[in-house]
Amino acid sequence: MSSVKTSSGVEAGLAALAVSLRGVTKTYDNGVMALGPLDLAVRKGEFISLLGPSGCGKSTALRLIAGLSAPSSGTVRVARHEGEVQPGHGIGFVFQEPTLMPWTSVHENVRLPLKLARVPKLEARARVDDALASVGLADFAEAFPRELSGGMKMRVSLARALVTDPDILLMDEPFAALDEITRFRLNNDLLALWRSLRKTVIFVTHSVFESVYLSQRVVVMTARPGRIQADIRIETVEPRGEEFRTSAAYSDYCRKVSAALAPSYSGQSTL
Amino acid sequence: MNAQATVTTRPTGAQRAMRFLLPVIVFAAGLAAWELVVRIKDIPPYVLPAPSVIFLTLIKDWAVLSQSLATTLATTLEGFAAACIGGIALALLFNQSKWVEYSLFPYAVVLQVTPVIAIAPLLLIYLEQQTAVVVCAFIVAFFPVLSNTTLGLNSVDRNLAGLFQLYGASPPQTLRFLKLPAALPYILGGLRIAGGLSLIGAVVAEIAAGTAGAGSGLAYRIAESGYRLNIPRMFAALLLLSLAGIVIYGMLALISHLVLRRWHESALGKES
Repeated sequence: MSSVKTSSGVEAGLAALAVSLRGVTKTYDNGVMALGPLDLAVRKGEFISLLGPSGCGKSTALRLIAGLSAPSSGTVRVARHEGEVQPGHGIGFVFQEPTLMPWTSVHENVRLPLKLARVPKLEARARVDDALASVGLADFAEAFPRELSGGMKMRVSLARALVTDPDILLMDEPFAALDEITRFRLNNDLLALWRSLRKTVIFVTHSVFESVYLSQRVVVMTARPGRIQADIRIETVEPRGEEFRTSAAYSDYCRKVSAALAPSYSGQSTL
Repeated sequence: MNAQATVTTRPTGAQRAMRFLLPVIVFAAGLAAWELVVRIKDIPPYVLPAPSVIFLTLIKDWAVLSQSLATTLATTLEGFAAACIGGIALALLFNQSKWVEYSLFPYAVVLQVTPVIAIAPLLLIYLEQQTAVVVCAFIVAFFPVLSNTTLGLNSVDRNLAGLFQLYGASPPQTLRFLKLPAALPYILGGLRIAGGLSLIGAVVAEIAAGTAGAGSGLAYRIAESGYRLNIPRMFAALLLLSLAGIVIYGMLALISHLVLRRWHESALGKES
């Protein structure tokens, strides 16, 4: 956590940035260099995707931004919530698995971040209900995680990340394990949420199609140690919907991103 | 998993009834054969008593035997409670500090692998008899609680742990809201083993104490009846011990089921 510093007004250029990484590297204890050096700047309210092959350090980058691990070198700056919210709560994290506590209800799972911050029960209840409603699960508050489908569990996980009203939402291949139809629906719901809540979203994926569909910027990473290979802006008519998925512009972008991604896979088995 | 689930949905009411009935039928048939052999061969009760004789002895000697049962159950319960508290507390301590774990765990293993029947006579020298018997029950029962709780505390989902870290959870919060609930199925599994083992520990200690002591537990009754060639009473006391073990196991299994039924795989209904 020590290397995560609050952005100050001193650096005026950083004021509009939600996240900035400078020369960040991560070397694991076993000597494997997983990441970097990586430079990345994400503006407030931006939706960006980190795209790259497995093991390129995208998840590591996300964990560094979340403060779950410290960089070996370089600096990670994360803009904090203004106001009364406690440190760390400016960030919501959605893991690849739903990562729910199986021993308690959906409501209690979503309430967890508030409970840990000792938010009074009554206030927490209202916020949990709001968060559940925003992901369309208002009727499932008392259900247990095992009673839900994979897509619904992921929605609960998303609600839990949103319940603290974070500025930044970090998502680590959240929909990778879902079937295509569920994933498309969650993609659309996520876009709708992003439009209405205007959070900064950093979305890690290994799907070219998902990254182009969702994000304003696709950051393509190289194989390990992960660096930035290309930074591609996706510009289209907003708000995006299903028609974008079948448009010519969409397939052009997909081709472009795939081309940028191809060198990352060179030297690897095509399987 | 799903395929398996659909296959195991099959057991119908009749099948379930058979699962319950078959052991009962086997038991009854065994008793009948036993009774028959004893009567036909005219075996004297001090060699092999018939089931009917054992049952009559159980009723006739109920005053003595129930007293002994209560004594043994009290010892078992005390040993079990000590094992639960000791095992869980030690596991929590291990979880807090690797150094404590490294320093103490070998001794827990030594205590576990040394046969309690060999330790009991020593304990009886140094401790008051009632205390020594409880300590024996504790020694036998605490290890499964310790090792299972340790296992449970170490099997917390890594991402959930990361989540708690992200939201700045304090160590007590992490323990209460994450580690203990995650370890609960393991702890309950340990308790189920410990329940039966504390009965064994109590019995072993009572036997070791033998007639020399002032004890009056069921195991003591068995030893005493053995010396007096009161074989029917030996069987009756054995029957009570066995029933006590079954009831202890059943109760712990029921508690475990009730606590876990809403979420843990081990306690879920078969239909989902």
